[in-house]
Amino acid sequence: MLIPLLLGLPLFSGTMLLLGRPARGAVVAGTLAAAGTLGVAVAAAVERPVDRVPLLAGIPAGFAVDGLSGVLVILVPAVLLASLLVSAAEPDLRTGRFHALMLIFAGAMLATVTSTTLPPLLMAWEVMGATSWALISYQLDDPRAARAGTVAFLTTRTADLGLYVAGGAVLAGSAGTMALADVATLDGGWLHVAIGGIVLATLGKSAQLPFSFWLSGAMRGPSPVSALLHSATMVAAGGYLLLRLAPALDAAGWAAPLVAWVGVATALLMGLVAVVQDDLKQLLAASTCAQIGFIVLAAGTAGTQAGLLHMVAHAAAKSVLFLVAGLWLAALGSRSLSGGLRGAARRHPIVGTAFTAAALSLAGLAPLSLWVSKDAVLAAAATTSSGLYVAGLVAALVAALYSGRALWHVWQPAPTTGTAGPTRLARSATAVNVVLAVAAMGAGLLALGPEPLRPQPPPHAGELVVSAALALAGVLLAWRYADRMPDPAALEGWLRLEPAARRWVARPVLRLAALLARFDERGLARVPERTGRAALALARRTDGVGERALDRAVGGVTGGAQALGRAARRPQTGRLHQYYAQASVVFALLGALAVLLIAVR
Amino acid sequence: MLSLIVFLPALVAAALSVLPARLGPSVFTGAWTATGLVQLALVGAVWADLPATGYGAVERREWIPSAGISYHLGVDGLSLPLLALTVVLFTATALYSWRQSDRPKDFVLLFLLLQTVSGGLFVSLDLILFFLFFDLSIVFMYFVIAGWGTGAPAREAALTFFLYTFLGSLALLVGFILLALAADTPTFDIPTLAARNPLAGGGTYAALTLLAIGVGLGVKTPVFPLHTWLPPAHTEAPAAGSAILAGILLKMGTYGFVRIAMPLLPASWRQFALAFVIVGVLSVIWGALVALAQEDLKRMIAYTSVNHMGYVLLGLGAAGMVSADSEHARELATTGAVYQMVSHGLITAALFLLAGALHDRGHSYAISAYGGLATRIPRFAALFAVAAFASLGLPGFSGFIAEFQIFAGALDAVPLSTVIAVTGVLLTAALFLRATSRMLTGRFRVPDTPGTPRPFPDLRAPELLAIGPLLLLATLLGLLPRLVLDVIEPAARTLNDLVAR
Repeated sequence: MLIPLLLGLPLFSGTMLLLGRPARGAVVAGTLAAAGTLGVAVAAAVERPVDRVPLLAGIPAGFAVDGLSGVLVILVPAVLLASLLVSAAEPDLRTGRFHALMLIFAGAMLATVTSTTLPPLLMAWEVMGATSWALISYQLDDPRAARAGTVAFLTTRTADLGLYVAGGAVLAGSAGTMALADVATLDGGWLHVAIGGIVLATLGKSAQLPFSFWLSGAMRGPSPVSALLHSATMVAAGGYLLLRLAPALDAAGWAAPLVAWVGVATALLMGLVAVVQDDLKQLLAASTCAQIGFIVLAAGTAGTQAGLLHMVAHAAAKSVLFLVAGLWLAALGSRSLSGGLRGAARRHPIVGTAFTAAALSLAGLAPLSLWVSKDAVLAAAATTSSGLYVAGLVAALVAALYSGRALWHVWQPAPTTGTAGPTRLARSATAVNVVLAVAAMGAGLLALGPEPLRPQPPPHAGELVVSAALALAGVLLAWRYADRMPDPAALEGWLRLEPAARRWVARPVLRLAALLARFDERGLARVPERTGRAALALARRTDGVGERALDRAVGGVTGGAQALGRAARRPQTGRLHQYYAQASVVFALLGALAVLLIAVR
Repeated sequence: MLSLIVFLPALVAAALSVLPARLGPSVFTGAWTATGLVQLALVGAVWADLPATGYGAVERREWIPSAGISYHLGVDGLSLPLLALTVVLFTATALYSWRQSDRPKDFVLLFLLLQTVSGGLFVSLDLILFFLFFDLSIVFMYFVIAGWGTGAPAREAALTFFLYTFLGSLALLVGFILLALAADTPTFDIPTLAARNPLAGGGTYAALTLLAIGVGLGVKTPVFPLHTWLPPAHTEAPAAGSAILAGILLKMGTYGFVRIAMPLLPASWRQFALAFVIVGVLSVIWGALVALAQEDLKRMIAYTSVNHMGYVLLGLGAAGMVSADSEHARELATTGAVYQMVSHGLITAALFLLAGALHDRGHSYAISAYGGLATRIPRFAALFAVAAFASLGLPGFSGFIAEFQIFAGALDAVPLSTVIAVTGVLLTAALFLRATSRMLTGRFRVPDTPGTPRPFPDLRAPELLAIGPLLLLATLLGLLPRLVLDVIEPAARTLNDLVAR
């Protein structure tokens, strides 16, 4: 009963809001639904329900809340509730459509994390992508937002094709019920096909290299959307699925190292991208890719608990950062760190402090939560390869750099010119951010808590000291050189991944499409017409040549017959003596013929 | 019962024909809508009584016994969903045409006849009866396109449509005759032929029969490269005609494969399964790519039909690749193919009706002529977005259930073809999102040619009542697939057994 309620409450209330589009009351209804979902989620995390309904022939839709999914089952509605509470401060977002899409997204995300068979997972997975599209292009009159939504959906769906193929592979590899738990034991080559497909889909959804660029465009959506979908939950879903399937990654052999290295490379490179962004939301987005890189790294090195811990800690910290960025954007009208956001924290000291707490946690400063979770991830990585560990440490330093740089800008003395004075922020929004910031600082304590979050292996004290020192050094370095950092264009442009995708994928496909369309319209479509013409021409020719010849032939035959007839009439004269003469000539000829025949014999 | 369902529209048409045309459209469309609703109730009764195996609601009378032709009707899990789809789509079209102002009487009479013919085809259990309905559908649709299209190009498109599909139907007839003659005592009865399996040995004769039937059905479906009649026919047809053409008439082709080609020619189907798979994959990719390049909304939707019907062929072809432990996969593939027929009917009809509603307001199908519609006509925008996402195979809508089953069922048998076909899902996403974002978002823009009415109203009640339920059904089938799968799956299993024997 809990599973239908858990998934049904957000999905149903969202659909009702979408269909009804009430003029007022959407905020209350949406917030109540989110709160209700959170309540059900807590109960589900305690009760651990399992459910299974028939879906396709022999393939059920299975759902379960276990240790791993239980953590996310609580995390998703919690961030949803926080995002909705903060978004109520923005008049544009007080609509039924916004709340409906956020609720449907949350329902889909809950279904994703609780699925135990592949079809419902894929279904929820793609619905998340669609709500992400709708929420990125929420501002309907902004064509750039619509384009960004399209890019995001198409990029993630490209990767999702992997899940479609994986579905077939799981079936072919003899897991007839398509249970996720059976993936690790598939037969022969199908294991590799299935894992390959799943890895592709997860890297796309989690905006890992080389798919990261879609997250940059996704920042055109409202900030609460970025907080919920594009940092705390949806992009983390890829990492979550990899964590869940870590044993299967191991079974495939090549997959675990691949995933680990892609994760650490994203953590490093996207961290560097974040360092040079002037747009605060772009900085946070790049940092999201980088931080989820740590989760992916954990999945590749069997650090399931560490990855989950990092997911929770990052979700709390990043949602504060995005929500505050959204409040500042609404109040100050800017996302530029060196421009309108200069001194923003001084204007709004309470949310500024919440922002600072979350940013310092993101930097990995001891004793805040990401310090613990990142080291847990790195401890797992160290057991696999020291190369991964060192690369991860460098990525951690980079995280401290971009966090410190953002902090430096928002704490600069505010320019005296410009806006008249501090615009008041909504009290509820401020309160939510303070609560979240406290959670973001303290989430590291969960490492001592329930079993799914207790890292195996635990980080050594030495590692913890090294990374704490690195983080502090990074923040101080950033503070010192914040306005003098080099900004290579390639890094500022997100490694130019999107132009590359346009140039090497989108454009050739569009060109091929145009070419085929021309052939279809001018070539293929004319075939019947040409055939018809050819048939007509053939008919005319038959009429002109064949028919006349036939006519002549028929004429010839009749003419010949007439001539023969005339000739045959000639001997019939009716005179007896002439008949005798004819007979004697014939007999003479016959006689001569007989003599000739005998002579020849 | 089936006879009543099939011929009710024709009876109503006969009754309406004596009424004077000046009575106004609502009399005729009202009667038409009522007919559809009564039919719907009757189909519901048949659905409730459907036996677990074999045919339900069977009717059989001697017709031309000397040639082995009988009036034989019946439904099973393959045909009943399509019969229901027929009734639903015609009823939706009737609602949509509520304000039909151009010769409403003739329009309604023609559609009622088409309704009888379409329903009749799906319940025919005799090849000649099937052929009769198949051919009549072409004739009536010709008049719809030529009579209510957009002038001279419409007549040309209608003629192309007629000649192309009529030639296809001739090939079909040849195939049927070859099939009937193969039996010891010639018969056109489908269950009898399926039971006797006269061409069990395969060989050239059987192959030629399959070729003739395959070409005949392939033109109607349509598959690459026999699809070129479709875009002009759709572009020129009135919205109601397009909806029925795409929703029902195309299904006559794909339904022919599951009702006739596969069970009656099992040996050849197995032998040439790969050919059908390849044609299917080519249709998937070709249809999607060419649709991507279209600037005309209706042409774009028309090409996506080629794409969607390609999946059906992929699934059915894969179901012919019989191997030792492929039973489960083949069941998924066949079920998915039948599901796709129903799903495509609902979604594409909705898309065509939406395109028609847009054309009524803006007098243009050019995608580039519109912009920002979401800000001005939100109901239209919402329904269009939902239909577009349903058509691109988003889970939660029926198309996903169909396509996922086809892919999952086909991968083991034809891995490469399936992987290529899966990319079709991405291409359709690209083309629909492109059209959606260009037309619905941004600054409000509509064609501003002289004669365009200034006001640009949102969808009206009849349009909403027609399109809304179609999308609602597509959603229902996407979320609760068991409603229909419980009917299709046993029939799909029976079909696969017939193919595998």
